[in-house]
Amino acid sequence: MAGGSSHGSSWRGWAISLIPLGFLIWFLALLPGALRGEIWSLSVPWIPQLGVFFSLRADGLALLFAILISGIGMLIFGYGGHYLAGHRYFVRCYVYLVAFMISMLGLVLAGDLITMFVFWELTSITSYLLIGLDHEREAARKAALQALLVTGGGGLALMVGFLMLGRVGGSFDLVTLAPLGDVVLADPLYLPILLLILAGAFTKSAQFPFHFWLPNAMEAPTPISAYLHSATMVKAGVYLLARLTSVLSGSVEWTVLLTSFGAVTMLLGAVMAFLVSDLKKILAYSTISALGTMVLLLGPGTPAAVNAAIVFLLAHALYKAALFMIAGIIDHQTGTRDVTILSGLRRAMPVTAAVAAVAAISLAGFGPVLSFIAKEMLLETVLAAGNASILVPVAIISAAILTATACILAIRPFYGLRCVTPIAPTEASPGFLAGPVVLASIGLLFGIVPQFAGTILIAPAVAAIMPQSEALHLALWHGLNVPLLLSVVSVTLGVVLFVTWERFSTFRTRLPQAARFGPAALWDNTVEATVSFAGWQSRILQNGYLRIYLLMILMATLLFVGFSFLDGLPLVSIADLNDVRLHEVVVAAVILVATLFVIRTDSRLGAVAGLGVVGYSVAFMYTVFSAPDLAMTQFAIETLTVVLFVLVLYHLPRFSALSPARTRLRDALVAIAVGAMMTMLVLGVTATNAGGRATSFYAERSVIEAHGRNVVNVILVDFRGLDTLGEITVLAIAGLGVYGLLKLRVERSGS
Amino acid sequence: MNSIILRTAARYLIPLLFLFSIFVLFRGHNLPGGGFSGGLLAATGFALYIFATDAREAKKALQIDPHLLMGAGLLVAMGSGLPGLIQGRPFLSSIWGHIGSEVVGTPVLFDIGVYLVVLGSSLTIMLNLGEE
Repeated sequence: MAGGSSHGSSWRGWAISLIPLGFLIWFLALLPGALRGEIWSLSVPWIPQLGVFFSLRADGLALLFAILISGIGMLIFGYGGHYLAGHRYFVRCYVYLVAFMISMLGLVLAGDLITMFVFWELTSITSYLLIGLDHEREAARKAALQALLVTGGGGLALMVGFLMLGRVGGSFDLVTLAPLGDVVLADPLYLPILLLILAGAFTKSAQFPFHFWLPNAMEAPTPISAYLHSATMVKAGVYLLARLTSVLSGSVEWTVLLTSFGAVTMLLGAVMAFLVSDLKKILAYSTISALGTMVLLLGPGTPAAVNAAIVFLLAHALYKAALFMIAGIIDHQTGTRDVTILSGLRRAMPVTAAVAAVAAISLAGFGPVLSFIAKEMLLETVLAAGNASILVPVAIISAAILTATACILAIRPFYGLRCVTPIAPTEASPGFLAGPVVLASIGLLFGIVPQFAGTILIAPAVAAIMPQSEALHLALWHGLNVPLLLSVVSVTLGVVLFVTWERFSTFRTRLPQAARFGPAALWDNTVEATVSFAGWQSRILQNGYLRIYLLMILMATLLFVGFSFLDGLPLVSIADLNDVRLHEVVVAAVILVATLFVIRTDSRLGAVAGLGVVGYSVAFMYTVFSAPDLAMTQFAIETLTVVLFVLVLYHLPRFSALSPARTRLRDALVAIAVGAMMTMLVLGVTATNAGGRATSFYAERSVIEAHGRNVVNVILVDFRGLDTLGEITVLAIAGLGVYGLLKLRVERSGS
Repeated sequence: MNSIILRTAARYLIPLLFLFSIFVLFRGHNLPGGGFSGGLLAATGFALYIFATDAREAKKALQIDPHLLMGAGLLVAMGSGLPGLIQGRPFLSSIWGHIGSEVVGTPVLFDIGVYLVVLGSSLTIMLNLGEE
């Protein structure tokens, strides 16, 4: 096991990584065109009646994300081959990963709100499958379901928001919507739209108070955490906000909501990252902090802030994926990822230690790295913000804590006394290390020549978000200014925090107790309460007694149909009653007498025969009122029912007693009420003659269009053929259901 | 039930009842009848046979699994919607043609499907209840 490189299957990851490589080459080939303004796009009518198109569009912002998704995907696929070598669900994992990657690419390339929503949901579903990959473990299942419910719940809100936005803007097409910011902002539906879309974005991008699913999602194997829950999927919310900046930003609500939720998330994530001891959890919380920073930066809606957000996003994707992969390597090579245990691995794993140091410099944001530029831009933005007096300290404290965290990650596992680990540590194989090495190097390269990244990736993305803005010049050295000073302050503070890290151990041990009051506990309790409520109402409504089901169905009908009578009861004039003829009265009387006999008799056969009499009498009524088709079917059905009953009667126990008086009273009341309702309904329908137009419609067209003179049958098999198809399907299922029930019983009694 | 008269009568009545049910099925286009009542009639006729002999023997006499009738019926009904689909019109659009002087179309096929499903599921229920 140790080494992990000697496994024959480890190369398979790199073989599969040819798929993302193909995508990457295609996106890189599209990039020069996008820089010139020639944007690749595709649009296929999907539900044209509703204005829905399946459309893809690769502008600068979409391409930046697509390149990150396919590029990091390629490295992670290769890395995963080593990490997951010998994993029992290796193939399944890669199938899910490829499905996820395609969903994620669809999300960022979507040129239509509905297309985007479908891919958005697909990423939630594939994420669920990937978190729960080791489904034998309860923790993995629980974390997967929690992530699905949180992001899926946000997805529902997002769907409503998209539909409303499409209605206000008159189109689901993003290019059409982009210049309509003024129209949307002035609409009374603006605030609901904003809140619903933010609910979707905040749940997906793990903003406070929906952040808790992300650390739990670390149950997934590390390549999945690195890919989905750090580099790509969790940035979908940020992507959405950036994409809709031109449509939704510019209002006080937008700025206040994004800035405040972003700031709280940024600070909370940083503090939590400092207080946990699991390598992956540290990275998860620092990811939450970074996502908060990006949301915060999208708040002001100024070109400088948007620029900062995109630079930060690019830098974060590079170093965080690298750090995650390093955490996975440490875990894989030593058997633990607890920073309170790990130390002194530098000699055993020198390359890993070096790469960790480079990636951690990016996390700390101090040195010749892209994230340093991003942090300077962040500080400039908060200095220029309206409420700088709150935001500046928050930003400095968060940055300081993250600097301390970076030191923990880069120094504690590798320096000091050599620790005892479950597996004797050895250096990882080159194929295992390739991913983090490449990503950390790119981060360093972009830091040294920032203008390169600025021209090919950042400027086109910013131009796609705000077409009117001009490209900013990126440089490591901005001269001696306030942001640099603040940077120095935060780094100094961070080093102090790192040195005193041991003293915070009491907080660390008390963390689980404090968590009882957090939003995660609230969420779990809500889910638990929902489940027990569902159980409770199922036990009452679906208790297995057919008579209770009937009672519920009848009472529900009574409630909902009876509701419509509140407008007034249908009137019956005495004149209508004059043409009632004698034989009709006789048949009605027979029905009544037979019904009374059915409910009073203590012979089952008698009751069945009585029901037959009721049915035949009703069928006779149909013939009187010239509905021979109905009568014919009714006669056949009644005969068949009696036959079936007789077949069942053999198997029933001896008749013992009628129901108790109270039950009979209840049933009588419900029966009389339903009877009265049906009578009223029929009278109401005949009084308004609502069927008049439909009747003449079918009567006129029956022969001309359907070549049949029996209108009833023509409606059944031609005009409303689809309904009939549904009905006979139900009939077949009912037949199979009876078959299943009977056979099941035979087997049980046989065994 | 063990009655020689019923058993003998049933043997001669069953083919007639089946023929009659098919007559009702095709008659439904212009006069009262159709797949639903035709199928029910056939099933009721067969009930006679179940009473005259027993479910096991009736099943043997049927020679065809009633499940098959249900499935075939659904396939026929659904298949009758395909010609319309192939011509680029909505599913189940009726297509009409002439056989001699008679006008024949996909709804007739659909009705046959209904007949088979109704017969199939009624027989499934009856035979299994009777077999118990």
